[in-house]
Amino acid sequence: MKVLSHETLPLRQPEDVVLVRNKVRNWMQEEGYRLIAQTRLATAVSELARNALDYGGGGVARLEKVQNGSREGIRVVIEDRGPGIADVEQAMRDGYTTGSGMGLGLGGARRLVDEFEIWSQPGQGTRVTIVQWR
Amino acid sequence: MTSEQANPIAQVLREHPQDLLEQWIQVQMDAPWVRLDLIGEAEIRAQSAELIELLGAACQSGNVSDIQADEWGRVRDFLRELSRSRATLGFSPTETAQFVLSFKMPLINMLRQASPSLDMQVWQTMWQASVLVDDLALYLLDVYMTSREQVIKRQQMELMELSTPVVQVWEGILVLPIIGTLDTARTQVVMENLLQAIVETASDIAIIDITGVPMVDTSVAQHLIKTVTAARLMGARCIVSGIRPQIAQTMVNLGVTFADITTRASLADALAYAFAQLNMRVTRNESS
Repeated sequence: MKVLSHETLPLRQPEDVVLVRNKVRNWMQEEGYRLIAQTRLATAVSELARNALDYGGGGVARLEKVQNGSREGIRVVIEDRGPGIADVEQAMRDGYTTGSGMGLGLGGARRLVDEFEIWSQPGQGTRVTIVQWR
Repeated sequence: MTSEQANPIAQVLREHPQDLLEQWIQVQMDAPWVRLDLIGEAEIRAQSAELIELLGAACQSGNVSDIQADEWGRVRDFLRELSRSRATLGFSPTETAQFVLSFKMPLINMLRQASPSLDMQVWQTMWQASVLVDDLALYLLDVYMTSREQVIKRQQMELMELSTPVVQVWEGILVLPIIGTLDTARTQVVMENLLQAIVETASDIAIIDITGVPMVDTSVAQHLIKTVTAARLMGARCIVSGIRPQIAQTMVNLGVTFADITTRASLADALAYAFAQLNMRVTRNESS
């Protein structure tokens, strides 16, 4: 997969979540992605960025325009150096939360995007990579 | 060769890059503003070495005063990228500026060694004056950034107040158009305004219109559900309207259901439903 351009944004306060997802939306608008694809990826990014902020103590979001053969897409990597997730499978399950949310964010984000990959190590942090193809 | 001799800065950068680097690293490591919690020594070293190299190349042109010139393009690119990465890591503006300013000490030291005839006393006084002015400039930068952040915060607060009107469209029917993002702070304001309006107007029905909400994630959904629940406790029936097709689809994917909340696609539909609930009918005049 080839990265055509990228940008890294901080996730330190709630306003940053809005900034990151608006950036994703703007990128996709410029590139002429369909409205539904824009909404799906922006919503997934919103869920994951808020997780990084609320549970990971903040982190960074890396936005990439990628190309795989003739296929173009947007990849977003959201990473934090928080406490990590002990049981990823459990965390992905709908309705499970250690906080006060609905417990739908992680599983929901996976259903919204074309590709979803999660890495987490207790004590080291969590990294979620998602891709939406055109 | 005459132009190289005429430019001592270029000469020092070309002949002593390693000495400059070591001294500079030393200065940065000993400084009270060093942020080893955010960046490692290896990275500081790599960035410092790269800047010395780029500076050397730029100064070779003979231009050591106008950094907006073409030959300084790569230095400007490097600094732009450095500034962006440090901002991302959490460096303050002054801490970022200190990186460049701290290069003054090793550079001037090297230049002084190149001219041994220089009066030590004069040199020290000049150095003191230079550091003093730098510190004043940095302080100014810090204060400026703080006051700018305060302006932005105040504007956000004002915007929040302005952007959550509750409108009585008919006796017993309130409409609450929400535009923009619904976060925790905003929800609080929305909820307070709505509950207050329900009491003041003794309304039976509250329509929450989300046509102006660009996306509904689980957090926004949760805030909406809380608002609806609170309004219900006050005895008002709630309708959520303005759910656009792409939002309906993402909500299904997220697994969010407004199971026991009445929803309508448009505000007009919600209003028609509200009239029906209140046993009212809108009729067309049968004139002529």
